[in-house]
Amino acid sequence: MKVTNRRRSTLWLIVFAVAVLAAVTVAGILLNGQAMESDFARKNLMPCLEYPFGTDWMGRDMLARTLAGLSLSIRIGLLTAAVSACIALVMGIVSAAMGRWADSVVCFCIDLVMGIPHILLVMLISIACGKGFLGVVTGVALSHWTSLARVIRGEVMQLRQAPYILAAQKLGVRRWDIVRRHMLVHLMPQFLTGLILLFPHAILHEASVTFLGFGLSSEQPAIGVILSESMRYLTTGKWWLALFPGISLVIVVLLFALLGERIRLLLDPASAQE
Amino acid sequence: MKHRLRFAVGKLFRMALLLLGVSILTFALMTASPLDPLQTNVGQVALGSMSQEQVAKLEAYWGVGTPPVERYLGWLGDVLHGDFGTSLLYRQPVLEVVGQRLAGSLWLLLFAWIISGILGLVLGVTAGATRGRLPDRLIRGYCLLISSTPTFWLALLLLLIFSVWLGVLPIGLSVPIGADAASITLADRLQHAILPALTLSITGVANIALHTREKMVDVLNSDYALFARARGESELRIVLRHGLRNVALPAITLQFASISEIIGGSVVVEQVFTYPGLGQAAVTAGLGSDMPLLLGITVITAAIVFGGNLVADLLYGVVDPKIRRGAARE
Repeated sequence: MKVTNRRRSTLWLIVFAVAVLAAVTVAGILLNGQAMESDFARKNLMPCLEYPFGTDWMGRDMLARTLAGLSLSIRIGLLTAAVSACIALVMGIVSAAMGRWADSVVCFCIDLVMGIPHILLVMLISIACGKGFLGVVTGVALSHWTSLARVIRGEVMQLRQAPYILAAQKLGVRRWDIVRRHMLVHLMPQFLTGLILLFPHAILHEASVTFLGFGLSSEQPAIGVILSESMRYLTTGKWWLALFPGISLVIVVLLFALLGERIRLLLDPASAQE
Repeated sequence: MKHRLRFAVGKLFRMALLLLGVSILTFALMTASPLDPLQTNVGQVALGSMSQEQVAKLEAYWGVGTPPVERYLGWLGDVLHGDFGTSLLYRQPVLEVVGQRLAGSLWLLLFAWIISGILGLVLGVTAGATRGRLPDRLIRGYCLLISSTPTFWLALLLLLIFSVWLGVLPIGLSVPIGADAASITLADRLQHAILPALTLSITGVANIALHTREKMVDVLNSDYALFARARGESELRIVLRHGLRNVALPAITLQFASISEIIGGSVVVEQVFTYPGLGQAAVTAGLGSDMPLLLGITVITAAIVFGGNLVADLLYGVVDPKIRRGAARE
């Protein structure tokens, strides 16, 4: 059996995944106009060569709609995961480096957010922001930082005892400088993998909340909207409306999850040499 | 024993504090909403045709205009007396609505919780014990696939296969349509609960299995496992005697932490299967700005989740003597 180099194969996987995701995003933006176009001459078509994903009851091309929806999902996912990861980083550092009082406040916040099921919390925040794009983005961004914050808090707790940090403290380096110059660098791998592994959750929750009717409005070609519309036509045998958009969503999420998993294995010193 | 008691009381106090936090957070979020409950529920046209007094009456009913702090304190006072208020949409006491809905959801949640816990543990231990080989690869692949699949789409897919194509299971609801309450048998209820429960179990397994696997791999790479191997114990015995005991703690954590996820999943699944449970009530309350009901559901759900965490904390002490002493020292 040929020995495959994991670093090299991971590199290829990263290039491949990023290329596919970028292509979907760009294609979705370009196809946005076409996704809205309805033509009643071609409504309810089964998947065929011209329309690989079929068309819906308004004669819209499902392939274009799916791509536009995925593109929107990816962009929302990127935005929310980035915001969420940054909140986690700040919270984690504040909790571990700013003394006991700050620590107990942050821990209380984490427990509080974790106590409400994610979907319910995203729903509530979305309602508070008046639903729509803003509602979903705020909801997902404000509810997904907890577990990463815990990881970072644990990491900083350990770092605080590290000899080089103790030495810096004895040398009289200010607390903020220690965090900025010595800790942040060390936290980057955890932060990056955490960030990438947040995408799948963010995208899935965005789709779920939109599906329930608390997210993007029905004019927008979002995956959640497409699937919740398809539910009404399920019993009449129009299976392609639900099947293909769903599979595409799973593939996109899977790509992100694989990407994060591989990068985690490489960045983690314990498994990097396997 | 006294220390254990103090530990439990401390945890209970923290739980009460967290519940208070949850209620304040929920209340603040719902009050901050720019959505007008009158517009959503009564409608623009109907509002336009009403007299001033009628509109004022409706505004009082939906609580528009009263200052938020006053409303919250009033609500809190009532709750401490055991009254969660009246649902604005169902026009029944919130506790009654939640009780009815929870009774419908409970079996679903319990079934999914137990199945996903057991299956997740078994799959995780198997994968950990056969790491790198075929069973491990299959289980890991399955978990990755399932955790990338949106719950509601999985529900749709199952609905499509079993109800529309094969036609063996009902499309939705918890009892047959049009049947009167007396003629409904347990079999009917079970038949309607199969698909939602199945969906919830399938999705719940992935997370538990993956984490158990990680832990199992750690255990099998440890020095004591190596020593046991050197003593000539078989791999199966090592897994059963050393693996399972050491996996027990994280398994308990995962099992009780999954309560929150399963309740969250049930919100989506019940919506797809139009199953009249707590999750569906939450969505209805959210869409219709039914503040007392949504507040009640959130607080009660959070209480269940925190209760689960508390049980897990107490179980640690039972399972692990090291923690029992550690907790006593706290």
